[in-house]
Amino acid sequence: MSTGDVVAGSGAAGYQHIVRLADVQKYFGAVQALKNINLAIGRNEIVGLIGDNGAGKSTLIKTLTGVLKPSAGRIFIREEEVDLDDYSVHMAHKLAIQTVFQDKSLGEKQPLWRNFFVGRQITNRLGFIDIKQEKAIAEEILKKAIGFRGAGITVESTVKQLSGGERQGIAIGRAMHFKADLIILDEPTVALAVKEVRKVLDFVRRIKTQGHACIYIEHNLAHVHEVADRLVVLDRGEIVAEVRPEDMTVPELTEYLIDLQQSH
Amino acid sequence: MAAPAAIRRLDALPIILVFGLLLLLFMATAPNVFLAPNIYTTFLSTLPPLILLAMGLTFVIGAGEIDLSFPSVLAFSGFVFAILFKEYQLGWLAFLIGLLSGVLVGWINGLLVARLGIPSFIATLGTQFFWAGMATVLSGGKSYALRGAEDSSVWGWLVGRFQFGGDDYAWFNQISIQALWTALIVATLWLILNRHRFGEHVLFIGDSNDVAQVVGIDVAKEKIRLFTLMGGLAALAAILLTLENKNYFGNQGQGYLLLAIAAVLIGGTSIFGGRATILGSLFGCFIVMVIETGLVASGLEGSWVRTVQGLVFLVAIIFYLFVDEPQRRAALWQKLAIGGSARPQP
Ligand SMILES: Nc1ncnc2c1ncn2[C@@H]1O[C@H](COP(=O)(O)OP(=O)(O)OP(=O)(O)O)[C@@H](O)[C@H]1O
Ligand SMILES: [Mg+2]
Repeated sequence: MSTGDVVAGSGAAGYQHIVRLADVQKYFGAVQALKNINLAIGRNEIVGLIGDNGAGKSTLIKTLTGVLKPSAGRIFIREEEVDLDDYSVHMAHKLAIQTVFQDKSLGEKQPLWRNFFVGRQITNRLGFIDIKQEKAIAEEILKKAIGFRGAGITVESTVKQLSGGERQGIAIGRAMHFKADLIILDEPTVALAVKEVRKVLDFVRRIKTQGHACIYIEHNLAHVHEVADRLVVLDRGEIVAEVRPEDMTVPELTEYLIDLQQSH
Repeated sequence: MAAPAAIRRLDALPIILVFGLLLLLFMATAPNVFLAPNIYTTFLSTLPPLILLAMGLTFVIGAGEIDLSFPSVLAFSGFVFAILFKEYQLGWLAFLIGLLSGVLVGWINGLLVARLGIPSFIATLGTQFFWAGMATVLSGGKSYALRGAEDSSVWGWLVGRFQFGGDDYAWFNQISIQALWTALIVATLWLILNRHRFGEHVLFIGDSNDVAQVVGIDVAKEKIRLFTLMGGLAALAAILLTLENKNYFGNQGQGYLLLAIAAVLIGGTSIFGGRATILGSLFGCFIVMVIETGLVASGLEGSWVRTVQGLVFLVAIIFYLFVDEPQRRAALWQKLAIGGSARPQP
């Protein structure tokens, strides 16, 4: 992207892409999990990321959000290059990038209110936590969170006591609470019942109408097809195709992915 | 779900009750010792080192790690302090350098664990040998008697007694100052574990390193802090021990390894990490010490003491194992056929 494309404006408003990956590679030992990833996410775009199990989708977003360090390549956030030695989840949070990770992202033995704020606690200057305020806000999040029917769960409950869907709801609720210009959802609907899936899809649409961006990883093609502006297909660590939902129906997309798998 | 907060606050209640029962037991079996005030003021001067070690270990074990090197800090930092205090007459500077020597040992442990990724069990076993060896080499196996130490302000401020005039204060003047310092540290560490960002990070790290990283905790940095804190507390314990005994000897750390770890685990801090209790560890120390004194005072041969302590330790571990892991508890109840049905299952 040349700078000429950048939307007019100043400061944080003056960017076209919320994030951009340039030639990103990721190796786990000898295994290359990401190959030459070039991907730009518009500031108000919903991008569906699809692909087989083990294609590298989670690895890609973990690299993007500072959980994993890329083996090579560059990352730009709001058109500004990130210092990869310095990049971390903490920094991604500060840059208003929120993620709902696929696997465990909650402390099992810890109460919910701590889970909401850990890593970005409300503290005084000395680092002591404002427990009262955190609990009050956690209470609010819990009320609004997806997947709860008010069944005996309080901010003091530990994650251990929650069902899979409730956990997912907590993780999504947490991402929704904090300021986000980019929300990344890695298979958020996996443990959810049909009605709750609807709520997640509505939430994704709302990200769009509120002017933010979203990366949405999903195996259920009907779901991503429904909400995404653009679908990016990942295969064995490589981006192999980009599809506009309006150019391909769900059955055609399914057919395409099956063909892709069989070519292995 | 009635008042889960209250239940959480009472976390250490069982352990406090156990302590109370033990105390009553020994009052019955050894009344001449346990019904006299003497024993309790003695505790106040002998318990602080153990408590300081247990406090540090509460954080370390709560984070799912272990430190086996603190007995060597008791020797090494004790030596550093003793020689600077006695041979070089450095006074408070000796205290400061002694303290820093433990901080350094802890910091190195932290680097080995967090930066090099060596399991803490192995890393601290290695440093235990290294620093214990260093202490022996540097001291030439000698011990240092700190005669006349009680005239120094270091001694007065750290392990002295209050000097209020009059018989009315006789009891109060028995309280050793290290007990007050220790109480202050315990209170501060309680606040840090339960109310401070660092304490929360420690517990999340103990829960799962992966989760901790994903929520934005700098796991390596916090682990280095963790081991550094442990090293500092162990050094303070070493200095108090040396001053209280008015003597440094090379194996003064011996015996503390089991006692301190046992105190923490008896207190209810989880061996799996993720759950830690300062109050529990404090009472764990009381229990460990009371058993030691009580058994001897009740006429049991000294050689039995360790055996009984080991047994209590194991019973406590098994008890908490079943509390920690409901599925094990359920399995046990089923085996014993006393109706697992009545128990709520998660
Ligand atoms: N920490 C790791 N260490 C080693 N290999 C890893 C690690 N994480 C992922 N991999 C490997 O990288 C590849 C991509 O994994 P990734 O989790 O990104 O797939 P995915 O597309 O998210 O799959 P799924 O749809 O099943 O979630 C896999 O082959 C996986 O085994
Ligand atoms: Mg995945």
